[in-house]
Amino acid sequence: METLIQAAYLIAAALFILGLKQMSSPVTARRGILWAGAGMVLATLVTFMSPQILDSDQVSTNIALIMIAIALGGGYAWYSGKKVAMTDMPQMIAMYNGMGGGAAAAIAAVELIKASNEAAHDVTGNTTIVDILGADVTILCILGAIIGTISFSGSIIAWAKLDGRLNRSKLLPKQHIINALLAIVTLGFAVAIYFTNSIETIIIFYLLALVLGVFITVPVGGADMPVIISLFNALTGLAVGFEGYVLGNAAMIIAGIVVGSAGSLLTQLMAKAMNRSVANVFFAGVGTNVVATSSDGNEGVMKEIQAMDAGILMSFASQVVIIPGYGMAVAQAQHKIWELTQILTEKGVSVKFAIHPVAGRMPGHMNVLLAEAGVPYDMIYDMEDINADFKNTTVALVIGANDVVNPSAKTDSSSPLFGMPILDAIEADNVIVIKRGRGTGFSGVENPLFFADNTKMLFGDGQKAASELIQAVKEL
Amino acid sequence: MIEGLAAIYIFMLAGFTGYEIISKVPVILHTPLMSGSNFVHGIVLVGAMVALGIAETTAEQVIGFIAVLLGAGNAVGGYVVTERMLEMFKPSDKKKEGEGS
Repeated sequence: METLIQAAYLIAAALFILGLKQMSSPVTARRGILWAGAGMVLATLVTFMSPQILDSDQVSTNIALIMIAIALGGGYAWYSGKKVAMTDMPQMIAMYNGMGGGAAAAIAAVELIKASNEAAHDVTGNTTIVDILGADVTILCILGAIIGTISFSGSIIAWAKLDGRLNRSKLLPKQHIINALLAIVTLGFAVAIYFTNSIETIIIFYLLALVLGVFITVPVGGADMPVIISLFNALTGLAVGFEGYVLGNAAMIIAGIVVGSAGSLLTQLMAKAMNRSVANVFFAGVGTNVVATSSDGNEGVMKEIQAMDAGILMSFASQVVIIPGYGMAVAQAQHKIWELTQILTEKGVSVKFAIHPVAGRMPGHMNVLLAEAGVPYDMIYDMEDINADFKNTTVALVIGANDVVNPSAKTDSSSPLFGMPILDAIEADNVIVIKRGRGTGFSGVENPLFFADNTKMLFGDGQKAASELIQAVKEL
Repeated sequence: MIEGLAAIYIFMLAGFTGYEIISKVPVILHTPLMSGSNFVHGIVLVGAMVALGIAETTAEQVIGFIAVLLGAGNAVGGYVVTERMLEMFKPSDKKKEGEGS
Protein backbone atom coordinates (compact mmCIF):
# COMPACT_ATOMS: atom_id res chain seq x y z
CA MET A 1 0.00 0.00 0.00
CA GLU A 2 2.74 2.39 1.04
CA THR A 3 4.55 1.82 -2.28
CA LEU A 4 1.38 2.43 -4.22
CA ILE A 5 0.77 5.70 -2.40
CA GLN A 6 4.33 6.85 -2.95
CA ALA A 7 4.03 5.99 -6.65
CA ALA A 8 0.82 8.01 -6.88
CA TYR A 9 2.54 10.98 -5.21
CA LEU A 10 5.37 10.72 -7.70
CA ILE A 11 2.94 10.75 -10.62
CA ALA A 12 1.19 13.75 -9.07
CA ALA A 13 4.50 15.61 -8.73
CA ALA A 14 5.33 14.85 -12.37
CA LEU A 15 1.90 16.11 -13.46
CA PHE A 16 2.46 19.35 -11.53
CA ILE A 17 5.78 19.99 -13.22
CA LEU A 18 4.49 19.12 -16.69
CA GLY A 19 1.39 21.18 -16.03
CA LEU A 20 3.40 24.24 -15.02
CA LYS A 21 5.62 23.72 -18.04
CA GLN A 22 2.60 23.78 -20.35
CA MET A 23 1.22 26.82 -18.57
CA SER A 24 4.26 28.73 -19.76
CA SER A 25 2.95 28.89 -23.33
CA PRO A 26 -0.45 30.34 -24.25
CA VAL A 27 -1.11 27.54 -26.72
CA THR A 28 -0.90 24.73 -24.16
CA ALA A 29 -1.72 26.66 -20.99
CA ARG A 30 -5.27 25.38 -20.72
CA ARG A 31 -4.14 21.78 -20.83
CA GLY A 32 -1.49 22.55 -18.23
CA ILE A 33 -3.94 23.43 -15.48
CA LEU A 34 -6.02 20.34 -16.29
CA TRP A 35 -2.97 18.11 -15.86
CA ALA A 36 -2.00 19.76 -12.61
CA GLY A 37 -5.60 19.44 -11.44
CA ALA A 38 -5.57 15.71 -12.22
CA GLY A 39 -2.38 15.40 -10.17
CA MET A 40 -4.06 17.10 -7.23
CA VAL A 41 -7.14 14.85 -7.34
CA LEU A 42 -4.94 11.75 -7.53
CA ALA A 43 -2.77 12.84 -4.59
CA THR A 44 -5.79 13.74 -2.47
CA LEU A 45 -7.59 10.45 -3.13
CA VAL A 46 -4.65 8.17 -2.32
CA THR A 47 -4.00 10.07 0.89
CA PHE A 48 -7.26 8.69 2.28
CA MET A 49 -5.61 5.25 2.11
CA SER A 50 -2.47 6.42 3.89
CA PRO A 51 -1.50 4.05 6.76
CA GLN A 52 -0.61 7.10 8.88
CA ILE A 53 -4.30 8.03 8.83
CA LEU A 54 -5.76 4.52 8.93
CA ASP A 55 -3.62 3.42 11.90
CA SER A 56 -4.80 6.29 14.08
CA ASP A 57 -6.90 5.50 17.16
CA GLN A 58 -9.55 7.92 16.02
CA VAL A 59 -9.61 6.91 12.38
CA SER A 60 -13.34 7.27 11.79
CA THR A 61 -13.67 10.65 13.53
CA ASN A 62 -10.63 12.02 11.79
CA ILE A 63 -11.66 10.87 8.34
CA ALA A 64 -15.09 12.39 8.87
CA LEU A 65 -13.45 15.64 9.98
CA ILE A 66 -11.19 15.60 6.89
CA MET A 67 -14.17 15.22 4.59
CA ILE A 68 -16.12 18.00 6.31
CA ALA A 69 -13.13 20.35 6.18
CA ILE A 70 -12.53 19.63 2.48
CA ALA A 71 -16.19 20.18 1.70
CA LEU A 72 -16.33 23.48 3.61
CA GLY A 73 -12.97 24.91 2.52
CA GLY A 74 -13.24 23.64 -1.03
CA GLY A 75 -16.88 24.67 -1.36
CA TYR A 76 -16.21 28.19 -0.20
CA ALA A 77 -13.18 28.54 -2.50
CA TRP A 78 -15.09 27.12 -5.46
CA TYR A 79 -17.92 29.57 -4.95
CA SER A 80 -15.70 32.63 -4.42
CA GLY A 81 -13.37 31.66 -7.26
CA LYS A 82 -16.24 31.34 -9.74
CA LYS A 83 -17.76 34.62 -8.64
CA VAL A 84 -14.75 36.94 -8.49
CA ALA A 85 -14.43 39.58 -11.20
CA MET A 86 -11.34 39.46 -13.41
CA THR A 87 -10.23 42.87 -12.17
CA ASP A 88 -10.16 41.49 -8.61
CA MET A 89 -8.04 38.48 -9.53
CA PRO A 90 -4.80 39.63 -7.81
CA GLN A 91 -6.34 39.87 -4.35
CA MET A 92 -8.11 36.54 -4.80
CA ILE A 93 -4.79 34.88 -5.60
CA ALA A 94 -3.35 36.53 -2.49
CA MET A 95 -6.17 35.10 -0.39
CA TYR A 96 -5.83 31.51 -1.66
CA ASN A 97 -2.08 31.78 -1.25
CA GLY A 98 -2.50 32.92 2.34
CA MET A 99 -4.69 29.88 2.99
CA GLY A 100 -1.89 27.62 1.74
CA GLY A 101 0.62 29.31 4.03
CA GLY A 102 -1.78 28.96 6.95
CA ALA A 103 -2.26 25.28 6.19
CA ALA A 104 1.51 24.68 6.18
CA ALA A 105 1.85 26.54 9.49
CA ALA A 106 -1.01 24.53 10.99
CA ILE A 107 0.62 21.25 9.94
CA ALA A 108 3.77 22.38 11.73
CA ALA A 109 1.69 23.27 14.79
CA VAL A 110 0.18 19.78 14.97
CA GLU A 111 3.63 18.21 14.70
CA LEU A 112 5.13 20.52 17.34
CA ILE A 113 2.25 20.07 19.78
CA LYS A 114 2.41 16.30 19.38
CA ALA A 115 6.14 16.30 20.01
CA SER A 116 5.74 18.67 22.94
CA ASN A 117 3.12 16.40 24.56
CA GLU A 118 5.23 13.37 24.01
CA ALA A 119 8.31 15.08 25.46
CA ALA A 120 6.41 16.37 28.49
CA HIS A 121 5.09 12.89 29.29
CA ASP A 122 8.48 11.31 29.03
CA VAL A 123 9.44 10.03 32.48
CA THR A 124 13.12 10.83 32.22
CA GLY A 125 12.32 14.51 32.64
CA ASN A 126 14.47 16.70 30.41
CA THR A 127 13.20 15.49 27.07
CA THR A 128 12.85 18.29 24.46
CA ILE A 129 11.10 18.56 21.14
CA VAL A 130 14.30 17.99 19.21
CA ASP A 131 14.83 14.69 21.08
CA ILE A 132 11.49 13.48 19.76
CA LEU A 133 11.64 14.75 16.18
CA GLY A 134 15.36 14.92 15.44
CA ALA A 135 17.35 18.01 14.49
CA ASP A 136 16.59 18.09 10.76
CA VAL A 137 12.85 17.64 11.14
CA THR A 138 12.61 20.15 13.99
CA ILE A 139 14.51 22.85 12.15
CA LEU A 140 12.55 22.51 8.91
CA CYS A 141 9.29 22.19 10.82
CA ILE A 142 9.90 25.47 12.68
CA LEU A 143 11.18 27.25 9.56
CA GLY A 144 8.10 26.15 7.65
CA ALA A 145 5.96 27.38 10.55
CA ILE A 146 7.54 30.85 10.54
CA ILE A 147 7.39 31.25 6.76
CA GLY A 148 3.89 29.84 6.45
CA THR A 149 2.52 32.04 9.22
CA ILE A 150 4.06 35.21 7.80
CA SER A 151 2.71 34.32 4.37
CA PHE A 152 -0.71 33.70 5.93
CA SER A 153 -1.15 36.97 7.81
CA GLY A 154 0.76 38.97 5.19
CA SER A 155 -1.39 37.68 2.34
CA ILE A 156 -4.55 38.54 4.23
CA ILE A 157 -3.32 42.11 4.64
CA ALA A 158 -2.40 42.20 0.94
CA TRP A 159 -5.88 40.97 0.08
CA ALA A 160 -7.52 43.56 2.33
CA LYS A 161 -5.46 46.36 0.82
CA LEU A 162 -6.10 45.46 -2.80
CA ASP A 163 -9.75 44.91 -2.03
CA GLY A 164 -9.95 48.44 -0.66
CA ARG A 165 -10.76 47.28 2.86
CA LEU A 166 -7.62 48.77 4.29
CA ASN A 167 -6.20 52.17 3.55
CA ARG A 168 -2.92 52.56 1.81
CA SER A 169 0.40 52.50 3.63
CA LYS A 170 0.29 53.21 7.32
CA LEU A 171 3.70 53.54 8.87
CA LEU A 172 4.39 53.29 12.55
CA PRO A 173 7.22 55.53 13.68
CA LYS A 174 10.49 53.64 13.16
CA GLN A 175 8.59 50.82 11.48
CA HIS A 176 11.73 49.13 10.15
CA ILE A 177 13.36 48.98 13.56
CA ILE A 178 10.18 47.58 15.10
CA ASN A 179 10.01 44.98 12.34
CA ALA A 180 13.64 44.01 12.83
CA LEU A 181 13.20 43.68 16.60
CA LEU A 182 10.03 41.68 16.17
CA ALA A 183 11.79 39.36 13.72
CA ILE A 184 14.63 38.82 16.19
CA VAL A 185 12.27 38.06 19.09
CA THR A 186 10.30 35.67 16.89
CA LEU A 187 13.48 33.86 15.92
CA GLY A 188 14.41 33.76 19.60
CA PHE A 189 11.19 31.92 20.38
CA ALA A 190 11.83 29.63 17.42
CA VAL A 191 15.16 28.63 18.96
CA ALA A 192 13.44 28.23 22.34
CA ILE A 193 10.98 25.74 20.85
CA TYR A 194 13.89 23.70 19.62
CA PHE A 195 15.40 23.36 23.09
CA THR A 196 12.29 22.99 25.25
CA ASN A 197 9.01 21.15 25.31
CA SER A 198 6.78 24.00 26.45
CA ILE A 199 3.47 24.48 24.73
CA GLU A 200 3.34 28.16 25.78
CA THR A 201 6.51 28.88 23.80
CA ILE A 202 4.87 27.45 20.70
CA ILE A 203 1.76 29.58 21.14
CA ILE A 204 3.72 32.83 21.69
CA PHE A 205 5.91 31.96 18.71
CA TYR A 206 2.90 31.67 16.42
CA LEU A 207 1.35 34.90 17.69
CA LEU A 208 4.60 36.78 17.08
CA ALA A 209 4.95 35.38 13.57
CA LEU A 210 1.37 36.40 12.78
CA VAL A 211 2.04 39.97 13.90
CA LEU A 212 5.31 40.00 11.95
CA GLY A 213 3.50 39.12 8.73
CA VAL A 214 1.06 41.98 9.31
CA PHE A 215 3.82 44.48 10.11
CA ILE A 216 5.84 43.54 7.04
CA THR A 217 2.91 44.02 4.69
CA VAL A 218 1.12 47.08 6.07
CA PRO A 219 3.74 49.65 4.97
CA VAL A 220 3.94 48.33 1.40
CA GLY A 221 2.38 50.66 -1.17
CA GLY A 222 -0.43 49.61 -3.47
CA ALA A 223 1.70 49.63 -6.60
CA ASP A 224 4.17 47.20 -5.05
CA MET A 225 1.54 44.72 -3.91
CA PRO A 226 2.00 42.32 -6.85
CA VAL A 227 5.65 41.88 -5.92
CA ILE A 228 4.70 41.10 -2.33
CA ILE A 229 1.96 38.68 -3.36
CA SER A 230 4.37 36.90 -5.66
CA LEU A 231 6.93 36.75 -2.86
CA PHE A 232 4.40 35.30 -0.42
CA ASN A 233 3.49 32.79 -3.10
CA ALA A 234 7.11 31.66 -3.28
CA LEU A 235 7.35 31.60 0.53
CA THR A 236 4.26 29.43 0.86
CA GLY A 237 5.84 27.05 -1.64
CA LEU A 238 8.93 26.83 0.55
CA ALA A 239 6.90 26.29 3.70
CA VAL A 240 4.99 23.50 1.97
CA GLY A 241 8.25 21.92 0.84
CA PHE A 242 9.67 22.03 4.39
CA GLU A 243 6.54 20.53 5.94
CA GLY A 244 6.69 17.91 3.21
CA TYR A 245 10.07 16.86 4.59
CA VAL A 246 8.62 16.76 8.12
CA LEU A 247 5.85 14.42 6.96
CA GLY A 248 8.12 12.45 4.61
CA ASN A 249 5.90 13.34 1.66
CA ALA A 250 7.77 13.54 -1.65
CA ALA A 251 4.93 15.19 -3.58
CA MET A 252 4.83 18.06 -1.11
CA ILE A 253 8.60 18.51 -1.18
CA ILE A 254 8.83 18.56 -4.95
CA ALA A 255 5.76 20.71 -5.61
CA GLY A 256 6.61 23.08 -2.77
CA ILE A 257 10.22 23.65 -3.76
CA VAL A 258 9.38 23.97 -7.45
CA VAL A 259 6.91 26.72 -6.58
CA GLY A 260 9.39 28.24 -4.15
CA SER A 261 12.09 28.66 -6.77
CA ALA A 262 9.75 29.49 -9.65
CA GLY A 263 8.02 32.05 -7.46
CA SER A 264 11.28 33.65 -6.41
CA LEU A 265 12.28 34.11 -10.04
CA LEU A 266 8.83 35.43 -10.93
CA THR A 267 9.09 37.92 -8.06
CA GLN A 268 12.42 39.17 -9.40
CA LEU A 269 11.03 39.47 -12.93
CA MET A 270 8.09 41.50 -11.66
CA ALA A 271 10.24 43.76 -9.53
CA LYS A 272 12.53 44.32 -12.50
CA ALA A 273 9.62 45.16 -14.77
CA MET A 274 8.55 47.77 -12.22
CA ASN A 275 12.04 49.17 -11.92
CA ARG A 276 12.39 48.24 -8.26
CA SER A 277 14.48 45.83 -6.31
CA VAL A 278 12.75 43.39 -4.00
CA ALA A 279 14.57 44.93 -1.03
CA ASN A 280 13.36 48.35 -2.13
CA VAL A 281 9.76 47.20 -1.98
CA PHE A 282 10.20 46.15 1.63
CA PHE A 283 12.28 48.92 3.05
CA ALA A 284 11.23 52.14 1.37
CA GLY A 285 7.86 53.44 2.56
CA VAL A 286 7.28 53.42 -1.17
CA GLY A 287 5.41 55.90 -3.28
CA THR A 288 5.02 58.44 -0.50
CA ASN A 289 8.25 60.39 -0.93
CA VAL A 290 7.98 60.67 -4.69
CA VAL A 291 5.25 63.17 -5.37
CA ALA A 292 6.80 66.59 -5.03
CA THR A 293 9.20 66.54 -7.97
CA SER A 294 9.27 68.38 -11.31
CA SER A 295 5.75 69.52 -11.98
CA ASP A 296 6.72 72.81 -13.55
CA GLY A 297 9.00 71.47 -16.28
CA ASN A 298 6.18 71.04 -18.73
CA GLU A 299 5.22 74.27 -20.34
CA GLY A 300 2.75 73.98 -23.14
CA VAL A 301 -0.88 73.13 -23.52
CA MET A 302 -2.85 69.97 -23.98
CA LYS A 303 -4.58 69.90 -27.33
CA GLU A 304 -8.08 68.51 -27.24
CA ILE A 305 -9.63 66.37 -29.94
CA GLN A 306 -13.25 65.35 -30.48
CA ALA A 307 -14.25 61.72 -30.91
CA MET A 308 -15.37 62.33 -34.49
CA ASP A 309 -11.96 63.62 -35.57
CA ALA A 310 -10.19 60.89 -33.68
CA GLY A 311 -12.39 58.35 -35.43
CA ILE A 312 -11.48 59.73 -38.85
CA LEU A 313 -7.80 59.70 -37.98
CA MET A 314 -7.98 56.04 -36.97
CA SER A 315 -10.14 54.89 -39.88
CA PHE A 316 -7.60 56.07 -42.41
CA ALA A 317 -4.57 54.92 -40.46
CA SER A 318 -2.37 52.14 -41.74
CA GLN A 319 -1.60 50.95 -38.22
CA VAL A 320 -3.19 51.66 -34.85
CA VAL A 321 -1.54 50.57 -31.62
CA ILE A 322 -3.76 50.52 -28.56
CA ILE A 323 -2.07 51.00 -25.19
CA PRO A 324 -4.47 50.01 -22.41
CA GLY A 325 -3.91 50.71 -18.72
CA TYR A 326 -5.68 49.78 -15.55
CA GLY A 327 -7.91 52.84 -16.00
CA MET A 328 -9.48 51.10 -18.99
CA ALA A 329 -10.37 48.08 -16.87
CA VAL A 330 -11.79 50.26 -14.11
CA ALA A 331 -14.01 51.97 -16.68
CA GLN A 332 -14.95 48.51 -18.03
CA ALA A 333 -14.07 49.79 -21.50
CA GLN A 334 -12.25 46.68 -22.76
CA HIS A 335 -15.32 45.26 -24.53
CA LYS A 336 -15.89 48.55 -26.36
CA ILE A 337 -12.24 48.72 -27.29
CA TRP A 338 -12.42 45.23 -28.74
CA GLU A 339 -15.51 46.21 -30.73
CA LEU A 340 -13.64 49.24 -32.04
CA THR A 341 -10.70 47.00 -32.95
CA GLN A 342 -12.93 44.68 -34.95
CA ILE A 343 -14.48 47.54 -36.92
CA LEU A 344 -11.06 49.01 -37.67
CA THR A 345 -9.73 45.62 -38.75
CA GLU A 346 -12.63 45.23 -41.17
CA LYS A 347 -11.67 48.59 -42.66
CA GLY A 348 -8.21 47.20 -43.32
CA VAL A 349 -6.40 48.96 -40.50
CA SER A 350 -3.75 46.89 -38.76
CA VAL A 351 -4.51 47.00 -35.04
CA LYS A 352 -2.15 45.87 -32.31
CA PHE A 353 -2.28 45.98 -28.54
CA ALA A 354 0.84 47.05 -26.67
CA ILE A 355 1.12 45.90 -23.09
CA HIS A 356 3.59 47.30 -20.63
CA PRO A 357 4.91 44.66 -18.19
CA VAL A 358 3.20 46.38 -15.27
CA ALA A 359 -0.06 47.31 -16.98
CA GLY A 360 -2.91 46.28 -14.73
CA ARG A 361 -2.23 45.42 -11.16
CA MET A 362 0.17 42.61 -11.79
CA PRO A 363 2.35 41.64 -14.75
CA GLY A 364 0.10 39.84 -17.18
CA HIS A 365 -3.10 41.05 -15.54
CA MET A 366 -3.96 43.29 -18.52
CA ASN A 367 -3.65 40.32 -20.85
CA VAL A 368 -6.21 38.50 -18.76
CA LEU A 369 -8.57 41.46 -18.88
CA LEU A 370 -8.22 41.77 -22.66
CA ALA A 371 -8.63 38.04 -23.07
CA GLU A 372 -11.86 38.28 -21.09
CA ALA A 373 -13.14 40.83 -23.60
CA GLY A 374 -12.29 38.41 -26.42
CA VAL A 375 -9.05 39.89 -27.75
CA PRO A 376 -6.96 37.03 -29.19
CA TYR A 377 -3.51 36.78 -27.63
CA ASP A 378 -1.66 37.03 -30.94
CA MET A 379 -2.82 40.64 -31.34
CA ILE A 380 -1.18 41.50 -28.04
CA TYR A 381 2.46 42.54 -28.03
CA ASP A 382 4.99 42.86 -25.23
CA MET A 383 6.96 46.04 -24.78
CA GLU A 384 10.15 44.72 -26.39
CA ASP A 385 8.29 43.50 -29.45
CA ILE A 386 6.26 46.60 -30.14
CA ASN A 387 8.57 49.49 -29.28
CA ALA A 388 10.45 49.45 -32.58
CA ASP A 389 7.11 49.38 -34.37
CA PHE A 390 5.82 52.73 -33.08
CA LYS A 391 7.74 54.50 -35.85
CA ASN A 392 5.47 52.80 -38.40
CA THR A 393 2.34 53.58 -36.44
CA THR A 394 -0.18 56.17 -37.57
CA VAL A 395 -2.11 56.38 -34.31
CA ALA A 396 -1.14 55.27 -30.81
CA LEU A 397 -4.32 55.16 -28.74
CA VAL A 398 -3.58 55.44 -25.03
CA ILE A 399 -6.50 54.54 -22.80
CA GLY A 400 -6.28 54.57 -19.03
CA ALA A 401 -2.49 54.38 -19.07
CA ASN A 402 -0.16 57.15 -17.97
CA ASP A 403 3.14 56.42 -16.26
CA VAL A 404 4.00 53.57 -18.64
CA VAL A 405 4.09 55.97 -21.61
CA ASN A 406 5.79 58.84 -19.76
CA PRO A 407 8.86 59.83 -21.81
CA SER A 408 10.49 61.55 -18.83
CA ALA A 409 11.40 58.04 -17.68
CA LYS A 410 13.97 58.21 -20.49
CA THR A 411 14.86 61.86 -20.69
CA ASP A 412 14.60 63.43 -17.24
CA SER A 413 17.04 62.05 -14.69
CA SER A 414 15.32 63.97 -11.89
CA SER A 415 12.02 62.20 -12.54
CA PRO A 416 11.06 59.52 -10.04
CA LEU A 417 10.17 57.33 -12.99
CA PHE A 418 13.65 57.71 -14.50
CA GLY A 419 15.04 54.37 -15.61
CA MET A 420 11.71 52.60 -15.87
CA PRO A 421 11.29 51.03 -19.32
CA ILE A 422 8.34 52.61 -21.14
CA LEU A 423 6.28 52.14 -24.28
CA ASP A 424 7.51 54.64 -26.88
CA ALA A 425 4.06 55.88 -27.84
CA ILE A 426 5.54 59.32 -28.51
CA GLU A 427 7.29 57.90 -31.58
CA ALA A 428 3.98 57.36 -33.36
CA ASP A 429 2.77 59.91 -35.94
CA ASN A 430 -0.24 60.73 -33.79
CA VAL A 431 -0.98 59.96 -30.18
CA ILE A 432 -4.55 60.03 -28.90
CA VAL A 433 -4.94 59.88 -25.13
CA ILE A 434 -8.29 59.01 -23.64
CA LYS A 435 -8.29 60.40 -20.13
CA ARG A 436 -10.86 61.30 -17.54
CA GLY A 437 -9.25 64.57 -16.47
CA ARG A 438 -6.05 66.52 -16.51
CA GLY A 439 -4.51 64.95 -13.39
CA THR A 440 -1.30 63.03 -13.00
CA GLY A 441 -0.84 59.26 -12.90
CA PHE A 442 -0.50 56.76 -10.11
CA SER A 443 2.94 58.03 -9.23
CA GLY A 444 1.83 61.66 -9.22
CA VAL A 445 4.33 62.59 -11.93
CA GLU A 446 3.51 64.97 -14.79
CA ASN A 447 3.53 63.36 -18.22
CA PRO A 448 5.21 65.41 -20.99
CA LEU A 449 3.64 63.10 -23.58
CA PHE A 450 0.32 64.86 -23.00
CA PHE A 451 1.89 68.15 -24.04
CA ALA A 452 3.77 66.82 -27.06
CA ASP A 453 3.08 68.25 -30.52
CA ASN A 454 1.76 65.01 -31.94
CA THR A 455 -0.53 64.30 -28.97
CA LYS A 456 -4.26 65.01 -28.82
CA MET A 457 -6.35 64.53 -25.69
CA LEU A 458 -9.79 62.95 -25.81
CA PHE A 459 -11.25 63.79 -22.41
CA GLY A 460 -13.96 61.66 -20.92
CA ASP A 461 -14.81 58.40 -19.21
CA GLY A 462 -13.09 55.46 -20.92
CA GLN A 463 -16.23 53.56 -21.77
CA LYS A 464 -18.09 56.59 -23.08
CA ALA A 465 -15.13 57.78 -25.15
CA ALA A 466 -14.75 54.30 -26.66
CA SER A 467 -18.47 54.22 -27.56
CA GLU A 468 -18.14 57.59 -29.25
CA LEU A 469 -15.13 56.36 -31.20
CA ILE A 470 -17.06 53.30 -32.36
CA GLN A 471 -19.91 55.56 -33.44
CA ALA A 472 -17.51 57.85 -35.31
CA VAL A 473 -15.72 55.00 -37.08
CA LYS A 474 -18.98 53.26 -38.02
CA GLU A 475 -20.41 56.34 -39.66
CA LEU A 476 -17.56 56.70 -42.11
CA MET B 1 10.92 8.05 4.26
CA ILE B 2 13.15 10.62 2.61
CA GLU B 3 16.22 11.50 4.61
CA GLY B 4 19.61 13.16 4.54
CA LEU B 5 21.37 13.42 1.21
CA ALA B 6 18.45 12.08 -0.78
CA ALA B 7 16.32 14.93 0.55
CA ILE B 8 18.98 17.47 -0.35
CA TYR B 9 19.05 16.08 -3.89
CA ILE B 10 15.30 16.41 -4.16
CA PHE B 11 15.40 19.98 -2.83
CA MET B 12 18.13 20.94 -5.25
CA LEU B 13 16.65 19.33 -8.35
CA ALA B 14 13.19 20.68 -7.61
CA GLY B 15 14.72 24.12 -7.21
CA PHE B 16 16.38 23.95 -10.61
CA THR B 17 13.20 22.64 -12.18
CA GLY B 18 11.17 25.57 -10.92
CA TYR B 19 13.75 28.01 -12.18
CA GLU B 20 13.84 26.34 -15.61
CA ILE B 21 10.06 26.38 -15.99
CA ILE B 22 9.68 30.08 -15.31
CA SER B 23 12.71 31.40 -17.13
CA LYS B 24 11.08 31.20 -20.56
CA VAL B 25 7.65 32.55 -19.74
CA PRO B 26 6.23 35.46 -21.73
CA VAL B 27 4.96 38.36 -19.63
CA ILE B 28 1.40 37.82 -20.83
CA LEU B 29 1.27 34.64 -18.76
CA HIS B 30 2.77 35.95 -15.54
CA THR B 31 -0.52 36.36 -13.71
CA PRO B 32 -2.00 33.01 -14.76
CA LEU B 33 1.29 31.31 -14.01
CA MET B 34 1.53 32.84 -10.56
CA SER B 35 -2.00 31.65 -10.03
CA GLY B 36 -1.03 28.22 -11.38
CA SER B 37 1.93 27.89 -9.07
CA ASN B 38 -0.33 29.08 -6.27
CA PHE B 39 -2.58 26.13 -7.12
CA VAL B 40 0.34 23.69 -7.16
CA HIS B 41 1.34 24.45 -3.58
CA GLY B 42 -2.23 23.54 -2.75
CA ILE B 43 -0.67 20.06 -2.42
CA VAL B 44 -0.34 21.19 1.19
CA LEU B 45 -3.85 19.75 1.44
CA VAL B 46 -2.34 16.27 1.39
CA GLY B 47 -0.09 17.10 4.33
CA ALA B 48 -2.98 18.73 6.16
CA MET B 49 -5.02 15.54 5.74
CA VAL B 50 -2.21 13.53 7.28
CA ALA B 51 -1.85 16.06 10.11
CA LEU B 52 -5.55 15.79 10.93
CA GLY B 53 -5.42 12.04 10.39
CA ILE B 54 -2.78 11.54 13.07
CA ALA B 55 -4.36 14.00 15.52
CA GLU B 56 -5.16 12.49 18.92
CA THR B 57 -6.17 15.29 21.25
CA THR B 58 -8.98 17.76 20.63
CA ALA B 59 -6.50 20.63 20.23
CA GLU B 60 -4.67 18.70 17.53
CA GLN B 61 -7.93 17.89 15.81
CA VAL B 62 -8.99 21.54 15.82
CA ILE B 63 -5.70 22.72 14.34
CA GLY B 64 -5.65 19.84 11.88
CA PHE B 65 -9.20 20.72 10.84
CA ILE B 66 -8.13 24.31 10.19
CA ALA B 67 -5.17 23.00 8.18
CA VAL B 68 -7.40 20.90 5.92
CA LEU B 69 -9.93 23.72 5.62
CA LEU B 70 -7.24 26.18 4.49
CA GLY B 71 -5.43 23.63 2.32
CA ALA B 72 -8.63 22.72 0.49
CA GLY B 73 -9.32 26.43 -0.03
CA ASN B 74 -5.86 26.88 -1.52
CA ALA B 75 -6.17 23.92 -3.87
CA VAL B 76 -9.74 24.43 -5.06
CA GLY B 77 -9.60 28.22 -5.24
CA GLY B 78 -6.26 28.17 -7.02
CA TYR B 79 -7.61 25.74 -9.58
CA VAL B 80 -10.84 27.61 -10.24
CA VAL B 81 -9.28 31.03 -10.83
CA THR B 82 -6.40 29.68 -12.92
CA GLU B 83 -8.76 27.68 -15.08
CA ARG B 84 -11.03 30.71 -15.54
CA MET B 85 -8.13 32.88 -16.64
CA LEU B 86 -6.57 30.37 -19.02
CA GLU B 87 -9.91 29.49 -20.55
CA MET B 88 -10.04 33.00 -21.99
CA PHE B 89 -6.75 32.85 -23.87
CA LYS B 90 -7.66 32.21 -27.48
CA PRO B 91 -5.73 32.71 -30.72
CA SER B 92 -7.24 34.74 -33.59
CA ASP B 93 -8.38 31.83 -35.70
CA LYS B 94 -10.86 30.85 -33.03
CA LYS B 95 -12.21 34.29 -32.43
CA LYS B 96 -15.46 33.67 -34.26
CA GLU B 97 -16.36 31.10 -31.61
CA GLY B 98 -15.30 33.41 -28.84
CA GLU B 99 -17.52 36.26 -29.93
CA GLY B 100 -20.72 34.63 -28.84
CA SER B 101 -19.92 34.77 -25.16
